[in-house]
Amino acid sequence: MTVDFIFEGLNQLFPSFAGNDIFLILAMLLPFAGLFGFITIYGFGVIYSELKVSSFIQDKIGPMGQGPGLHAGKWGLLQPVADGLKLFFKEDIIPASADKPLFILAPFLIFIGAFISIIAVPFGEKIIVADMNIGIFYVLGIGSLAVIAVILAGWSSNNKWALYGGMRSAAQIISYEIPAGISLVVVIMLTSSLSMQEIISYQAGGLFNWVIFDNPFMPIAFVIYFISALAETNRTPFDLPESESELVAGFVTEYSGARYALFFLSEYANMFVVSAVAATAFLGGWQSPFSDFLNTPIWSMFWMISKTFFLIFVMIWIRWTVPRLRVDQLMHVCWKVFIPIGLFNIFGVAIWTVLRG
Amino acid sequence: MTEVLFWFMALFTIASALMVVLNNQLLYSAIALLFTLFGIAGLYIYLWADFIAGVQLLVYIGGINVLIIFGIMLTNRIASVRLSQTNLQQGVGGVFAFWVFLLISLVISKTPWYQLPAVEPSGTVREVGTLLMTKYLLPFEAASILLLGALIGAAILSREAN
Repeated sequence: MTVDFIFEGLNQLFPSFAGNDIFLILAMLLPFAGLFGFITIYGFGVIYSELKVSSFIQDKIGPMGQGPGLHAGKWGLLQPVADGLKLFFKEDIIPASADKPLFILAPFLIFIGAFISIIAVPFGEKIIVADMNIGIFYVLGIGSLAVIAVILAGWSSNNKWALYGGMRSAAQIISYEIPAGISLVVVIMLTSSLSMQEIISYQAGGLFNWVIFDNPFMPIAFVIYFISALAETNRTPFDLPESESELVAGFVTEYSGARYALFFLSEYANMFVVSAVAATAFLGGWQSPFSDFLNTPIWSMFWMISKTFFLIFVMIWIRWTVPRLRVDQLMHVCWKVFIPIGLFNIFGVAIWTVLRG
Repeated sequence: MTEVLFWFMALFTIASALMVVLNNQLLYSAIALLFTLFGIAGLYIYLWADFIAGVQLLVYIGGINVLIIFGIMLTNRIASVRLSQTNLQQGVGGVFAFWVFLLISLVISKTPWYQLPAVEPSGTVREVGTLLMTKYLLPFEAASILLLGALIGAAILSREAN
């Protein structure tokens, strides 16, 4: 684990202070600082790709810069930086009739929820902040913080659109947690572990050992998980909580400036978490697709990040090509399609595992 | 270091539990309950019960606390009501609370508490699962049937009568 690794490193670097409590605190804080930097850079990257991919799908060229000065850089690469700066310099408005403490608490709660899920994401054999025995279960559990944050944001804004958005979002996330959980149960049955690293080490040995190619039920589970993950992160076609044609901006209607930026960043951080879990559980995590070839620690980071980013790209792709669902269709898909198929999948995999021995 | 963290977590849990009781706005109490449950999940980790801590997060925060907050928000005008924290029966209540306090302290001092093993068990999930499927299979299935019954009952009750 990274914390132990940094602690050992500090102890060897300064042998006269070995075992100091300050080193332990440092070893705990450093990975967090690293992750924070990672999320920020990732946020800029993903916002840029969202702008560009959406433009290409709509047959536009997207943000472009024509030269030096305030022109958003070459190919518009500085556009997300400009967007971020704009958000942070905007006036921070708290509505007079809002419930002030809860209004302030909500964006932090959703960001903390997204941020502390990332510590369970493995980037390599040793490159993981916390390799917990209950890794995948922990990510599912922390995900429930987002529900409360969204309800609080919707309610404390004291605005009918915000309240509707919050309620819709909560109902949607709670419903889709079930098919997402059921399709991960199938993976846990195969690998017989909840630890992220053990799930990945089960998939060692190349492309055809990945869980998704393990038996005919796994692609179904992967599709169900991926669609449920879209719904849990409030992405189109499941963006009813913030559908701009009906609800202005849903639960973020009253938020502006830095607080809005926190919601925005959390949505993208949540996308990273669900994609990383999908990559870990179904696509071999940090394992190289060519067995032992290109499987060093640096390459493992590359594989993990490229698998995750591919799934994020698919999410962006779906967002700009598929229309939004209606509320009743949303609930129908979850309760009457995904959950029965998911339960059938569990039986199928159970029988498959017993027959295979 | 771990002891400092433990005391911080215990204080955090107790302080937010006090806020649940002492706050005069229902919704704030519900939010304080969220932090209490979170603190308790942390205390479970100190008992090396990591699976129970995860269940605490998933069931109590993601399920029950959300349900409570939903209930408060959807109930008309309950969220803005200021609850009174005092009433006229302070004397009787005080005496009763004192005896309950005495009783609980007696129980705490008399109970032979389970001693935590010195070495951390390597993964509790497997043992919990094996026990649920062998030794405690009957209670486990009984609880499942009870929950299934509750689920079907709720579905029937919430349906419009025609």
